[in-house]
Amino acid sequence: MSFVGRSYRLPWIYEVGRQNIIEFAYAVSDVNPVYRDPEAAKAIGHPDSVASPTFLSVLATRSHHVVTDDPDLGLDYSRMVHGAQRFVLHRPVRPGDRLTTTAHVDDITSRAGNDYLILRSEFATEEGEKVGTVVATLIVRGDGIGLAEGKDA
Amino acid sequence: MSTTTTGLRRAADVAKGDQLPPLTLKVTRRDLIRYSGISSDCNFIHYSDKRAKEAGLPGVIAHGLLTMGMVARIVTDWVGDPAAVIDYQARFGRPVVVPDDEAGTTIDVTAKVGLVNDDGTARVDVYAKCEGQLIFGRCYAIVRLA
Repeated sequence: MSFVGRSYRLPWIYEVGRQNIIEFAYAVSDVNPVYRDPEAAKAIGHPDSVASPTFLSVLATRSHHVVTDDPDLGLDYSRMVHGAQRFVLHRPVRPGDRLTTTAHVDDITSRAGNDYLILRSEFATEEGEKVGTVVATLIVRGDGIGLAEGKDA
Repeated sequence: MSTTTTGLRRAADVAKGDQLPPLTLKVTRRDLIRYSGISSDCNFIHYSDKRAKEAGLPGVIAHGLLTMGMVARIVTDWVGDPAAVIDYQARFGRPVVVPDDEAGTTIDVTAKVGLVNDDGTARVDVYAKCEGQLIFGRCYAIVRLA
């Protein structure tokens, strides 16, 4: 059977701390005050500080680990490279957000001996408000382990 | 005035082909370690030259998501509100090799308005180069304008 369409509801809630947002902005060398100073964010119309556009990568990477650690898929993490990433932001991430994660295997294809996985991670509040969608292309280099055909690795 | 009281750049002030102020970014091993810790992407290619070479790379490379996150600032500074970025995507083309010294490496970022849509959004095309070579196959952001 194919793995396409499989989804994983992660068994945790990510609670976004004010400090998480500040430290992430620092890690990507972004000194914009709206990430750390609620007053700076209020001055441009936000109720509180906001996260930088790629903040959800922290949560997305964790969701990728859940998928790639699935023994059914039998992926070799050491041969995996990151091909592309897309962030669709429905509304800014803010301190205090409690986010659920659902990861979906949207597509798997094999080209030129490499396997391409399209993983989509959906982030929402516990009440179901959509916050962001992160789509990643992960490439498993090598002679192709036949994921697209659903072959055992 | 190019921005409103909400901080957002006005659609009326934006035209296809507009160039954004360029950005130069420095990336060192310290940045890689910090990003590994914060993102939980602790792949050895981001800290071990020996193992990066065994994996067929020239040396330790930056996380694609680290460079993508750093580069975003060219758009967010220009548009006036980071929350105006509603879609941001990149193909990771060329690995950014980061030497084990204080200088690290440098990424030169330019961007231009690729498209102005009639729904009040615009597409900003981003070009990030390291040692003269584009690091992203394609990189753009869709931003909301005032």
